Amino acid sequence: MNFRHAKTVLLGALAACLMVSLFAGRINGYWLNNFYDIGIGMIMAVSLNLINGYTGQFSLGHAGFMAVGAYTAAMITNQFGPLNFFAANGIFAGALFAGGLAAAGAGLLVGIPTLRLRGDYLAIVTLGFGEIIRVILQNMNAVGGARGLSVMHGWTNFFWTFGLAAVTIYVVASLVNSTYGRGFIAVQDDEVAAEAIGINTTKYKVTAFVVGAFFAGIAGGLYAHSKQFLTPGGFGFLQSITFVVMVILGGMGNTIGVILAAVLLTLLPEGLRLLADLEHLPGLAAKHPLGWIGGTRMIIYSLLLIVLMLTRPQGLFSFKKGRSG
Amino acid sequence: MSAPLLQLENVSIRFGGLTAVSDLDFQIGLGELVGLIGPNGAGKTTAFNLITGVYQPTGGNILFDGKSIVGRRPYRITAGGIARTFQNIRLFPSLTVFDNVRAVFHLHLRGDVRHALWRGQGYHAEEAAIAGRALELLELFHLEHCRDEPAKSLPYGDQRRLEIVRALATQPKLLLLDEPAAGMNATEKAELARLIRFIRDKFQIAILLVEHDMPLVMQICERIAVLDYGIKIAEGTPPEIRGNAKVIAAYLGDDAMAAPRASAAD
Repeated sequence: MNFRHAKTVLLGALAACLMVSLFAGRINGYWLNNFYDIGIGMIMAVSLNLINGYTGQFSLGHAGFMAVGAYTAAMITNQFGPLNFFAANGIFAGALFAGGLAAAGAGLLVGIPTLRLRGDYLAIVTLGFGEIIRVILQNMNAVGGARGLSVMHGWTNFFWTFGLAAVTIYVVASLVNSTYGRGFIAVQDDEVAAEAIGINTTKYKVTAFVVGAFFAGIAGGLYAHSKQFLTPGGFGFLQSITFVVMVILGGMGNTIGVILAAVLLTLLPEGLRLLADLEHLPGLAAKHPLGWIGGTRMIIYSLLLIVLMLTRPQGLFSFKKGRSG
Repeated sequence: MSAPLLQLENVSIRFGGLTAVSDLDFQIGLGELVGLIGPNGAGKTTAFNLITGVYQPTGGNILFDGKSIVGRRPYRITAGGIARTFQNIRLFPSLTVFDNVRAVFHLHLRGDVRHALWRGQGYHAEEAAIAGRALELLELFHLEHCRDEPAKSLPYGDQRRLEIVRALATQPKLLLLDEPAAGMNATEKAELARLIRFIRDKFQIAILLVEHDMPLVMQICERIAVLDYGIKIAEGTPPEIRGNAKVIAAYLGDDAMAAPRASAAD
């Protein structure tokens, strides 16, 4: 891939997001909400891909970082009453950034002690970390505890969601497609050999965790201001698994594949719901011929995942023999 | 005499009750080609791992360029000028041949991560320069034809050479080769001997060769040290080593020395 014009592409993408955002009023609320979920899923999956796919660390706590960002950003914006357009977007940008920083701090906290661990052991520790975050939030009255936290402002819009998704993709892709960033892949391939060619594997692993967590925190802020209601349970272990599935399904260390997987996995449950709601199918007399999908939606979803994994174990969207950086 | 490039002073390492390397005194000068030999389990690779920082010595000191490198992490030792290859080749299997070499150049980057993110003129110029130097190295070792293949798909001999190219890309002053002839046939070994000499002459660096294959070591090394049970039992030029009674005993057993004497007494 040619990354010579990466910056131009990024600016183009941002401009496109701004344009769409101006006309977002014409998109119906249901679809707009789906779009936000897709954008947030992309940010989560692409940032997790830096940790799991490129650097070869196995993190099961990505939803934990998301929670840190979501609650931080929400607590900040909740301090403000109704604001005009510019003030609102300014405050929102600041809150998202603060959420990202808080999550990055958490990433540093997890990254450093887990450096001696790899594979399954690291997965268990990160899993534990995610659960700790959830339990802490559940018991913190200041953020509503188990009752949840209402977020006053629904400031998430098309521009912020997809603009920040574009920034995430740009940062991760630029990192791994540079001489500096080839170190991430080297760490994944062989840590001993990476040290032997002068790569500070500790620094690379912590960097991956911090950068990945930062963007997860931003995604959390977007999530908070699109749903406008946060519960600690929404950031549990299952949520982390969903993001891991996106990375695996897209093909570890394949940014485009992971983006497509995020789109697919977000839309699949909604798509099945639409099928179940169909009143007629051409050639069939019965009403709601696919109504049975309604109750078995999540079973079908799981079966599809199993079939996909069996038929495309290298990743749904992975076609290359080797990786070129 | 100028200070040696690498100096081991009474270096020891114990694993529990086992002393793997004991009071090893050893030097390598600038541009020297030195061999380190010994029977299986003599502590050759352990000595290697001590020099490269994989193990920390339990006693003694290791000086490189006059400075102690004991306690430094392996990546810092590499950055300081000691490169190595591994007994069982350790490439980055999923990276291409080209990227295996390019990955090394982060050592010599002027810009840091901000460079990679901003992607300005300087960044592109530097990346182009790195690509040029990596390609130059690959051409020198006749690997440019497979530059876009994943490293894991290369034949064995090419993987060995690629590992050496990758080590050279760190721009070392001292190159450590850990059993490079393992698994090679006679023709490949002859080719390897030529290659090692070529590297020394072309890059003007010191080379420490750990090897099982006696003929190869005798043929190319200027000086040889022999380890047995973690103790240096001999050091000298190839002819000196060939005639050394202790070395013969270590390799062939004491009986090999005793037997001729016994028959002479008959």
